Amino acid sequence: MNWGDILTGTLRASVGEQAIIYALAAIGLNIHFGYTGLLNFGQIGFMAVGAYGVAISIHTWGWSFWAGLAFGIFGAIVLALLLGLPTLRLRADYLAIVTIAASEIFRRLMGATKFRETTGGADGLSGYNGRFRELNFIPDGEYGFGPWRYNSGELWELVVGWTLVFLAVGLTFLLIRSPWGRVIKAIREDEDAARALGKNAYWYKMQSLVLGGVIGAVGGMFWALAQANVSANNFNPEPTFFAYVALILGGTARIWGPVVGSMIFWAIITFTNEALRSGIRADYVPDWLMDRTQVGTVRLMLVGVALILLVIFRPQGIFGDKREIALEAR
Amino acid sequence: MGRTRRTLAAALVAAACALFLWSGSAGAQEPPDEGGAAVQGTLVYTDGGERTTAEGVSITITSTDGAFSETVETDADGHYEVPLPAAGEYTITIDPDTLPDGVSLVDEDRTSLTLTFEEGRVRPAVFRLTTGEGGGGDTTFKRALRLTVEGLRFGLVIAMCAIGLSLIFGTTGLVNFAHGEMVTFGALLAYFFNQTLEWHMLIAAPLAVLCGAALGAALDKGLWQPLRGRGTGLVAMLVISIGVGVLMRNMFQYQFGAAARPYADFQLQKAIELGPVSLVPRDLVIMGLSAAILVGVASFLQFTRVGKAMRAVSDNKDLAESSGIDVERIILFVWVVGGGLAALGGIFQGLDQQVSFQFGFQLLLLMFAAVTLGGLGTAYGALVGSLIIGLFVQLSTLVVDPEFKNTGALLVLILVLIVRPQGILGQPERVG
Repeated sequence: MNWGDILTGTLRASVGEQAIIYALAAIGLNIHFGYTGLLNFGQIGFMAVGAYGVAISIHTWGWSFWAGLAFGIFGAIVLALLLGLPTLRLRADYLAIVTIAASEIFRRLMGATKFRETTGGADGLSGYNGRFRELNFIPDGEYGFGPWRYNSGELWELVVGWTLVFLAVGLTFLLIRSPWGRVIKAIREDEDAARALGKNAYWYKMQSLVLGGVIGAVGGMFWALAQANVSANNFNPEPTFFAYVALILGGTARIWGPVVGSMIFWAIITFTNEALRSGIRADYVPDWLMDRTQVGTVRLMLVGVALILLVIFRPQGIFGDKREIALEAR
Repeated sequence: MGRTRRTLAAALVAAACALFLWSGSAGAQEPPDEGGAAVQGTLVYTDGGERTTAEGVSITITSTDGAFSETVETDADGHYEVPLPAAGEYTITIDPDTLPDGVSLVDEDRTSLTLTFEEGRVRPAVFRLTTGEGGGGDTTFKRALRLTVEGLRFGLVIAMCAIGLSLIFGTTGLVNFAHGEMVTFGALLAYFFNQTLEWHMLIAAPLAVLCGAALGAALDKGLWQPLRGRGTGLVAMLVISIGVGVLMRNMFQYQFGAAARPYADFQLQKAIELGPVSLVPRDLVIMGLSAAILVGVASFLQFTRVGKAMRAVSDNKDLAESSGIDVERIILFVWVVGGGLAALGGIFQGLDQQVSFQFGFQLLLLMFAAVTLGGLGTAYGALVGSLIIGLFVQLSTLVVDPEFKNTGALLVLILVLIVRPQGILGQPERVG
């Protein structure tokens, strides 16, 4: 077993593409769930809308890069309004069911053979991110130190990604300190009390749903641009659960919670993955117990266990404050 | 009470051991050679209501860089599998001229697929086949009738799975996102008894149902009851149930692999003509049994002491408790009944389609749709909602492409929430 490689992989993953994507998704969820108490279990739907919004508008319709980005965000706003309209007046668990259902509807529509001309069907779309690569102003060469060595293209992705994450964090910070932030936190604590004070709780919740959804969609757009292809199968419900684990791990209703959570989450996931794989290669893990096709499921089992244990024993995560979590709602 | 609990525990431990010892034998896909990947697929189509396999169809696999090319023919089961030399992009091409007479591709332009293969992964390449005229030139009326029967069957199966979901919500307030995995558990365990241990389905199925009931009991005793005791909030419990679902689903995949497989018995049957519709005996029996069991459950809820207590707890927990009902015992009972029914629903669904590690999860959203439509928390609502959803899913294929049938049902779910959030049988109160 080569511990050096495993460690390098782990450290790279903690700031890598996936960590960025899930940090953005979790920042969106933090606004939904952490600050407003909305149970959105279809964050992947927003990510898919962002990703497909960019891919379809640029690849299929031949729009310009910037128009594509705008279209992705527009799509997320429309989706949030569509979801919020029927469910935000209802109990929290209805939103959970509807959001997960909507994300599945969207995924199936995108993967359908019928719309293959537009969406690429099950094979998905690729070859739309030329402009994203052209915008790269970093000269060729190798950058970084230690385990974090990147070529120009990789560094460009990371710079763009982390800039987006910092912008999203900054936006959350400013909003939560503002009167708007105090209202949505009040809604989380006691919706009736907020309403009694004359606040339109429904409308505030809608704004929160739109905002968090758009941040999720930005994550999806970054995903589409960094990976250079979108495929319907990537947008199954599982990534939403990952984002929840990352969020709760870092600390809900904390500005940096989702970012730190996502970094730690991907470090742990990558470490397990790499360690198990090299353990199998070196025969430390016997064949009858696990082969390489099973490693992927083991890390997902970990996600499940982490979600259960965190919520039961440490719902505030690493940095959270137990008084500020919506999990206790009855 | 003590003895039943011990029996339940023993049954569950046995089931868990069985599931884990199963690894090598029929479990996961055989991994291909070091560094390689593999492509596989099975060509099947429905001929007069029967699942038929296409033998001797020629399939060509070429790597996109042109370094690798191989042509194979499907075997008697319509199956082919080709090991690939390395990970990468490959094009899989089917030769439509070698298909059996009268059979064609659903999408005739789609004779080749380009897929990316990861190292050490077996990936399926799917070609959908059809018998030319689409159901042998049925009239719309005949088709509608056939779809109605199929819809009823599907609705009954959903009902079986969803009653537990609804009762659990009614008695504890928990929206159980792991309910789909309880369905899969029953179906996979029956597969294990049936295919790996080679017991007949008639023995395997009841045993799997018992284990499903035991799983329900274990989940309540081991997880949910302690959590209720700690005063855990409902939202927290919902998130935990998602964690349980993720965990179980991946344990299933770990043991079972990603492929969908059929049971050994009742697979290829001759259809019998019943007036204008033809049905395989298996589906007839499934429908009869489901209907009988659901009537049984309904009369159990309506007339027995425990059933009445269940409805009482569901209506008003505190009132039920103060009138001397042992609420925790009733909730345990609900989990046992719900787990058993979910397992049975899974087996029925598996007999009709095939079992895979995630097919319960795919049913879960339809169950939610059914339960919401009927009225969350009401047992009879789940029944009515399920039948409507089942019929809707099948009948919608009259107007839309079959690949959209489940999407339509999920849209119904959202529409119901706009128009009548309490569902058909729910009380018209503010649900918020």
